[in-house]
This record gives sequence, C-alpha cells and structure tokens, in this order.
Amino acid sequence: MINLIPLPVMLALFGAAITLIIPRRPIAQRVISIGSLSGIVILAAFFMWATDTHGTMALWLGAWPVPLGIGLVMDRLSALMLFVAGVVALCVLIFSTGQDKGEVRRETPVSIFHPTFLLLMGGIANAFLAGDLFNLFVGFEIFLFASYVLLTLGGTKERIRAGTTYVIVSLLSSSLFLISIASIYAATGTVNMAHIAVRVAELSEPVQLLLQMMLLVTFAIKAAIFPLSSWLPDSYPTAPAPVTAVFAGLLTKVGIYAIIRTQTLLFPDSPLSNMLLVAALLTMVIGILGALAQVEIKRMLSFTLVSHLGYMVLGIALASESGFAATIYYTAHHITIQAALFLVAGLIERRGGTSSLDGLGGLLKVSPLLALLFFVPAMNLGGIPPMSGFLGKVGLLHAGAEYGGWLVWVVMFGGILTSLLTLMAMAKVWNRAFWGTVPDNVVRIEDNYDGDAGDDDVRFMPPLMVGATSALIAFSLALTVFAGPLYSYAERAAESIQSENYIQAVLPEEVR
Amino acid sequence: MTANLTLAITAGILIACGVYLMLERSLTRILLGVIIASNGVNMLFLVASGRPGAPPLVGHDDPAATADPLPQAMVLTAIVITMGVTAFVLTMAYRSFQLNGHDEVADDVEDARIRQLAEADELSDSYEASDFSDSGENVVSE
Repeated sequence: MINLIPLPVMLALFGAAITLIIPRRPIAQRVISIGSLSGIVILAAFFMWATDTHGTMALWLGAWPVPLGIGLVMDRLSALMLFVAGVVALCVLIFSTGQDKGEVRRETPVSIFHPTFLLLMGGIANAFLAGDLFNLFVGFEIFLFASYVLLTLGGTKERIRAGTTYVIVSLLSSSLFLISIASIYAATGTVNMAHIAVRVAELSEPVQLLLQMMLLVTFAIKAAIFPLSSWLPDSYPTAPAPVTAVFAGLLTKVGIYAIIRTQTLLFPDSPLSNMLLVAALLTMVIGILGALAQVEIKRMLSFTLVSHLGYMVLGIALASESGFAATIYYTAHHITIQAALFLVAGLIERRGGTSSLDGLGGLLKVSPLLALLFFVPAMNLGGIPPMSGFLGKVGLLHAGAEYGGWLVWVVMFGGILTSLLTLMAMAKVWNRAFWGTVPDNVVRIEDNYDGDAGDDDVRFMPPLMVGATSALIAFSLALTVFAGPLYSYAERAAESIQSENYIQAVLPEEVR
Repeated sequence: MTANLTLAITAGILIACGVYLMLERSLTRILLGVIIASNGVNMLFLVASGRPGAPPLVGHDDPAATADPLPQAMVLTAIVITMGVTAFVLTMAYRSFQLNGHDEVADDVEDARIRQLAEADELSDSYEASDFSDSGENVVSE
C-alpha cells in the first residue's frame, strides 16, 4: 500500500506527457486527462480510508539511508486535500470540455491546455505529498509554472498584463522560499521536515523566529494573506473561466496547506500567534470591503477569496488542535465553494454576455436554472445555516472562544462582520444580475428565440458545463450532509499533524 | 559548521543588485534582476554547505574530506528552474513588446480606476443613489 503513495503525482505527469504528444486529437486528450484525474480522485479516496485506519504512511524513495532520501508522506491532511483538489480539478476539466468550439477558440485556443492542466495537478499533488522542504519547493515550482502558462493562454494584451504581475510576485516568493531552505539547511543540516522538526527545537530562539518568519512570508505570498494579497484580485479574473476557478479554488489553499504543515510541525509553540491574528482580521475585513466595491463578478469573487482566507489564518493563529481541525474543514469547504462560484460566473458570462453587473439583469427570468446554481453556493459562502460555510465558521468561533483573550474576540467579531458583508456582496450580485429588467444584450439573445425555451438554455449553457457545475455544488452540499464524519476526520487529521505524532510516524526510532 | 564570509558577502551584494533591478518598470530589467538574485541565492546554498572539500564521488576520497553534495544537488535544481523562468519571462516580455511597443509592467487596474475617480472627484461605480430602485425608477422624489 505504501508503494502507491507516488501514484497520484505519476498519474498526473504521465497524463500530461501523453496529452502533450497527441496535440491533434482533442477527444483522446480529453479522455486521457479526465481518466487520470478520476484516477487521482479514486486513489485519494482510498488514501483517506487507508490513513484513517492505518495512520500516517511514509515512503522513502531511492533506497537511501532514511533521513537522506526523498520522503513522501501521506497523512490524513494530505489525503483529504488531495481528494478535494482532485474533485475540483475533475469538475473544472469537465466544465472546460463542455465549452463549444467558438469559446474554446476564444478562451483556451491551444492544444497545451490539457497537458498544462495535468501538470498543475501533478505539482499540487507533489506539494501535498512532499515530506521534505525541497520537494515541497519543487512541487510549488511545477504548479506555478503550469499556472504561468494557463494564466497567459492565448497571449492577449489583458492576460499578458495580468500575467506579468503574477509571474513577478511568484518569482519573488520562490526566491524567498529558496533563501529559507538555504538558511534552514545551514542551521539544521537537513531538509526533511520531520528531521528538521527534531533539530529546530535545539536552535536558539532568535534563529527559530527568523526561520519561521521567512517560511511564513513565503507561504503568505502564495496564499495571498494581507498585506501580501494585492496581486491576487488583479491577476486571476482575466484568465479563462475554468482556469480562474481552479486557481481560486486550489492555488491559495496549497499556500495555506504549507503554512499549516510548517507551523504545526516545525514551530509548534509559535510566538507569532498575535501577529497572525492581526493578519487574519485585516485579511478578512479589507478583502471583503474590496469585494463590496466591485461591479465585475469575477473581481468581486477574487476579493471574497482573499477575505475568506482570513478565516483559515485565524484557525492557524490559534495553534490549538480544535483550531486546526476547523481550519482543515473550512479549507475543504472553501476550495469547493470558491471554484463552484467561479464556474457559475463563467456561465453567467455566457448566458448574460458579460460578467459586469452594469450589463446584467433579469437573469432569474431568463434562466431560473442559472439563478439556482448561483444561489446555493452564494448562500453557502455567506455562511447561512446549515451549510458547510456556517459549520466551518462555527468550528472556528468555537476554537477561538476556547482560546480566549480580547484580541481573539475582536478577530472573531471581525469574522462575523465579514460573513455578513459577504452576504451583502452576494445580495448585490443577486439584486443587479438576477432581478430587475433584462438589458439589451440579454434581450438580443431572446430575439433569437426559436420557440423552445429549453433549447436556448442549452445553446448558451451546454449540458456538460451545467452538469460539471452542478456536480461541484452537489459535492459542496455533501460536505454539509456528511459534516459529522468529515469534521471528526478533520479532528483526527489535526491530531496526526501535531509535531510529535508526525515525527513518530515518519522517522524510524534510531534517527529521532 | 564553518561559513565562508566572502561567499556570504557576495551573495548579499548579488541579491541587493537583483532587488534593485526588480524594482524597475521594464520587464527585461526585472528579469535580469531575478537572474542576478537567484545566483545570489545559489551562493547562499554554498555558504550553507560548510567548508569546501574533495569532489563528492562515492569511493573517490575519504568521506570525511568531501564537500557536502546535498546543497550542490539543490543548486542544480534551482539553476534549471531559473533557466525555465528566464525563457518564459523573455517570451512574455517579447509578447508585451509586440502588443504594446514596450515591455513595461502596467499599473494595477484597481489603482488606475481609483486614481481616475479621485482625479474626477467622483464616487465609484458601485455607488447607487438611494432614491432609485433597482429598475432605475425614481421612487423617492414624489
């Protein structure tokens, strides 16, 4: 069973290689990429079961003596993240295959879309499985490179402009990551995370603080935590709808995953809790205020994305097991819901002809199905009970109340305020895009009305796209229905990522 | 561990030059900055690897006298990644030159919008006068 651990990465990379050499056969490309992503989802589900019954598993590649080789570690957290990431990537890929020829030419015109998408998934899977810091860096670089290509697909003026900012910021954070790895290697003489965790405790406090801060800044740039978040709302919205959806859902959460992993493992007694609490508060409030000021749906969603990352930072700052459990559950919820909302934004853009609220209206009358598809995830994002967004927030507030202290209460108040303001932003979209009169550009579509209303919906929202979006929304609702077992799984995951448990599971007796 | 001061200072100078170039507007200069800075970072790995020694080949020398091979492997990976970055950013700079006639990094759209509004002394688009309903009908004035 242990030997299956590298399989998710290999499936994605092999899929990428095969789709790359058959650029002229789009149908074969689609079959292979959907096949390999389905394989990843099935494997991840299996690993969720396996890690939950057998505990954390570690595989040492290359038969080197133990702390020296490249270690892959599969624990409950990695398996859950891999599963959710796989489901989201699969739905998004099916969504993109539903696009008709005209849109494919406009949005994803080149045959490298499928290989790059699979490389992105391979990099993300590698980052989740990495047991050493340098392998984590390599995973980050693989998916960042894929994301550079996906963001600038087609090389239009707007995408090159947005891509430039994104690439420069990512390069800077990669350099910082390398500097952190060099410093950690200089201080501890190892890059294996479990081994670093053993040795870092022997370092003097200022050195520990320096290393922690460097890693935190590196990952905070990737995870777009205020004040390092300003690159995100500017670069995501210009990409094609499926690309934006997968970026918004997954990329920032890999940063969050890396923060959870390094903070719990390397620096369990974090002296930076207060700083993180302030960062969480500012991320939430400033992000949501930015969202309220937007009239373009995709930009607004990018700002809510930044804002809701604050909740995860809150859970990390508490550094208690209940805090991490709530963060893990909330991360799974947020990946799904944010990707679903961006897919719906893509559908709105197709059906209404624009994604700007100024040009939309009356969509409720034009397409009730679209309204339903938007309404469910929007309410979930706003945290309406009993959906998963509400449950995750309750978990975080519960963990915060256990922790206590005036700063935590202020941040929790900020969290509730953010939740209300999110509802307000969603209500604004609902008011202006779904209610009201149908403006000219949507009426134009109605003019082509050929007597059968169903046809019209199908022409602008192909069944595959609607199906993929509905599947993702159904998955997010499943997170609500199965919240009980999932939350206790998250609690067990939070326990197994604790420093001593992780070290015990990964390193053999003699190296500890 | 023994650290080499010359290497550390060189790394610092290279990274400082790189950061200076990255603050420029032209994408090509930013790329040069990234290249220089990443060479500085690579040098940091050499500082981290401790004192120099014999080539790290198995069975070539006494293991105690050889240099630490791990940072060298990491630097090699980093160099390959920088090469990829260089190729990609150069392409992007050229594409930007094709489209705009220059390769300058543009302003954030949001910043530009806010600046325009401030110059015009107006409120943002999202502001809706409260005496109008959603349909645009004036519901208050009567």
